[in-house]
Amino acid sequence: MIVRLLGEGQFRVDDALTARLNELDAEVSRAVADGDERALWTGLQALADAVRDGGEKLADEDLRPSDAIIPPEDLSLEEARELLADEGFIPDLPVA
Amino acid sequence: MPGLMARLSLIFKAKFSKALDRAENPNETLDYSYEEQLRQLQNVKRGIADVTTAKKRLEMQYTSMQQQVEKLDGQARQALAAGREDLAREALTRKAAVEAQLETIMQQGQQLEAQQQKLVEGEKTLAAKIEAFRSQKEVIKAQYSAAEAQVRIGEAATGIGEQMADVGLAVQRAKDKTEQMQARASAIDELTAAGSLQDLTSSGDDIDRQLAEISQGSQVDDELAKMKAELGKGEDPPKELEGEKA
Repeated sequence: MIVRLLGEGQFRVDDALTARLNELDAEVSRAVADGDERALWTGLQALADAVRDGGEKLADEDLRPSDAIIPPEDLSLEEARELLADEGFIPDLPVA
Repeated sequence: MPGLMARLSLIFKAKFSKALDRAENPNETLDYSYEEQLRQLQNVKRGIADVTTAKKRLEMQYTSMQQQVEKLDGQARQALAAGREDLAREALTRKAAVEAQLETIMQQGQQLEAQQQKLVEGEKTLAAKIEAFRSQKEVIKAQYSAAEAQVRIGEAATGIGEQMADVGLAVQRAKDKTEQMQARASAIDELTAAGSLQDLTSSGDDIDRQLAEISQGSQVDDELAKMKAELGKGEDPPKELEGEKA
């Protein structure tokens, strides 16, 4: 599948890595639910490292949308909640 | 419940599929979509320029705060030399407060620097994708049926929309960061402004004014000393001048 690291770019990852990413993803989701910012950062860092190490970077010209999107590693809890609240965090225009 | 990664992907897709729903004539949609992309790219460039300007302003503020630290240090020495340990202590207290803030601002500045580099990369990627879309749209116009074209446009435009949202988010975060740093810098300005610590000190004296008086006092002393020295040897120079003329 295609994974986007926000602020960094898109990567192609194989099925074996996808399984690992799903595990880490569950940890990150739990951290957000628990309000544990440190666990959130650790989880995001692990996700990003796994994608960078095991994935293959897509060319800039590739127009495919991503199947999964991973937020920046220094995302705060507050930002995480906004990001997942559908409307709040992603700007309508890149610069309004 | 799907994980965070998939939910985010759905949220991003939902954001950019709306515009494509009304696509009736694929060729028109292609051209319109491309123009829209170029317009958004300009917005991104402007956003990055704004961040760069704000960062430069902060760098200047940082420099002036460093000067503030040096100034407070000098004032503390002057106060101590004048036998006013209370004032020296006050100046050093302020100096420590400014230094603590400077440390935080420097760390935030490093984060901002990293974010800014990613912004530039993201903008480059966006420009490359838009250029790829431009060449693909001609192929789509020439080779595909309306129904197929619809699907391909949808995919490509969603991919570009995702990149726009990515860079847009990065611009927003960098702006937030500069605002945070700005707030800290302003707090320091207030902290070091004359009289602002009055409520926090038991004396209630205007320390800045007193430090200024000491500073002025010693400046006056310095000038007096200088004038005395000049007057002391003031009888010689005119003679030299006359000697030269003669």
